[in-house]
Amino acid sequence: MKTFLAFVKKEFFHILRDRRTLLILFGMPIAQILIFGFALNNEINNAGLVVLNRAGDYESKQLLAKFQNSTYFNLQDPVFTEAAIEQAFKDNRAKVALIIPLDFGKNMQAGNEQLRIIGDATDPNQAQTLVNYAKAIIADYLQQKQNTNTQLPITTAQPRMLFNPELKAVYQFVPGVMGLILLLVSAMMTSLTIAKEKELGTMELLLISPLKPFHIILGKVAPYWVLSFLNAVIIIILGVFVFGMPVNGSVPLLLLVTLIFSFASLALGIFISSKANSQLVAMFLSMFGLLLPTLLLSGFIFPIENMPLPLRIISNIVPARWFIELIKGIMIKGSPLSLLIKPFLVLCFITVVLTIAGIKGIKTRLS
Amino acid sequence: MEVVISTDKLTKKFGDFVATNEITFEVAKGEIFGFLGANGAGKTTAMRMLCGLLKPSYGSASVAGFDIEKQTEQVKQNIGYMSQKFSLYEDLTVKENFRFYGGVYKLKRQVIDQRLNEMLGNLGMLNVENSLVASLPLGWKQKLAFSLAMLHRPKIVFLDEPTGGVDPITRRQFWDLIYEAAHNGVTIFVTTHYMDEAEYCDRVSIMVDGVIKALDTPENLRKQFETDSMDGVFQLLARGTSTK
Repeated sequence: MKTFLAFVKKEFFHILRDRRTLLILFGMPIAQILIFGFALNNEINNAGLVVLNRAGDYESKQLLAKFQNSTYFNLQDPVFTEAAIEQAFKDNRAKVALIIPLDFGKNMQAGNEQLRIIGDATDPNQAQTLVNYAKAIIADYLQQKQNTNTQLPITTAQPRMLFNPELKAVYQFVPGVMGLILLLVSAMMTSLTIAKEKELGTMELLLISPLKPFHIILGKVAPYWVLSFLNAVIIIILGVFVFGMPVNGSVPLLLLVTLIFSFASLALGIFISSKANSQLVAMFLSMFGLLLPTLLLSGFIFPIENMPLPLRIISNIVPARWFIELIKGIMIKGSPLSLLIKPFLVLCFITVVLTIAGIKGIKTRLS
Repeated sequence: MEVVISTDKLTKKFGDFVATNEITFEVAKGEIFGFLGANGAGKTTAMRMLCGLLKPSYGSASVAGFDIEKQTEQVKQNIGYMSQKFSLYEDLTVKENFRFYGGVYKLKRQVIDQRLNEMLGNLGMLNVENSLVASLPLGWKQKLAFSLAMLHRPKIVFLDEPTGGVDPITRRQFWDLIYEAAHNGVTIFVTTHYMDEAEYCDRVSIMVDGVIKALDTPENLRKQFETDSMDGVFQLLARGTSTK
């Protein structure tokens, strides 16, 4: 125990005296969450909208006022020909166009209004989103009208987005960034510090000392475990207080899952360091071996459901995938463990496998 | 004469390659034992086996009276080690380094501090106690690394090319430290490339291709091979040619 404490103390000296390490440990997570939070936002606000209003009647103006009031659209100067719409798309004044037919108000009374929405599909996702926003605004308006007129009882489907009614992107990226950062910080930092000892030759001395390899690994891992856990807490706090992320589920469960995932990441780091003899190699391995799969295959950026089958299969062994699923379930849906048992067990299983692989990797190097 | 290291047909094979081939020798307490050989002759492998880092393929050895295979822990408690690559952490102060290694060997803090003081006093380096190792000159670091290897008062110290990259004057001073330790009854097991250092050893073994080709005092070796320097002996054995 005393040797262990001496070791941990030494590790903390290393961490605290190296400004770069500190920056990566604490600067990176905060910067990432803020960047993802403010910049990489897939909600679209103030998109340009041009209107070709052939009707120009009271109803059409009411509808446009509704568009004007939404934060999604920014009404541009009206156009008078369809050619002008294309021109507006080309010079980027607008992303969406709305054509209101001649007899808009009259037709609406009759229940067969013919509006046309045109999206600039240069960016297909964005166009889809904007068209949907526009549709929603129109539907909302029509419904209002029908209620006030109370003419025909019309059946309409009322969509309701459960757990995230405002479709906030934060809900998607806070768990994603958490997974990414924990993995990077834990795996990269541990593999780097072990590779560093090898590079400097201090590893030899540790191995010759009465310390057992297991102690060395534990001593290396413990400080980073504490730090990455601290990191996770910072990210959660930022998510909650800066971006309004809810924590609907059990906080202890959330922390437990975080602890397990950081342990899996640390084990990955140890496994990497058993293969890498220099800091450079360790850095590359953790960057390309971990960063890309986590970013692309964890469901953080691209939905797993949309992936071709081989990628979907591979995504099963990406620990971040299960972690993100768990975090989303706990924070957003408030699900209890009993409903999250599958991702939980898979994550535990991956963690155990990685730990065994890590310890084996170190041992084979020593014999 | 008390024997502290003895090997019996100690052998290590890596696949088909025989790194050390049935080496048998003994080292006495307080002896400075030079372990020479060209790169790849099997020095490091032999040393790693004696330190408990590698398991022998067959044959046996005991260090400080303990079997290297069955009593690795006791062996580790009784040996110190220093290599050409530094064993000190550059981003820790001298004192922190000593406290860390002392902690690893389960020494009490007062004991560590007292021994550190004593050692720094002997080296005339009391004022560096709280300096970062990175800020010290190479020669100082090397002396500190040696002191560190002696911190837990081991019976045997293994030095793996300890003076690589150091100027002759510092090397000389370093050897004074070695003599002093040997005088106090510590056994020194040293590998080196410098043939003048071989002359400082009590006995020297020369390994060629995994086999000990010669083992005697430098004086006897020079007589036996009819040359006037250890360098000559080494050239004759390792390369099969004479420089004369």
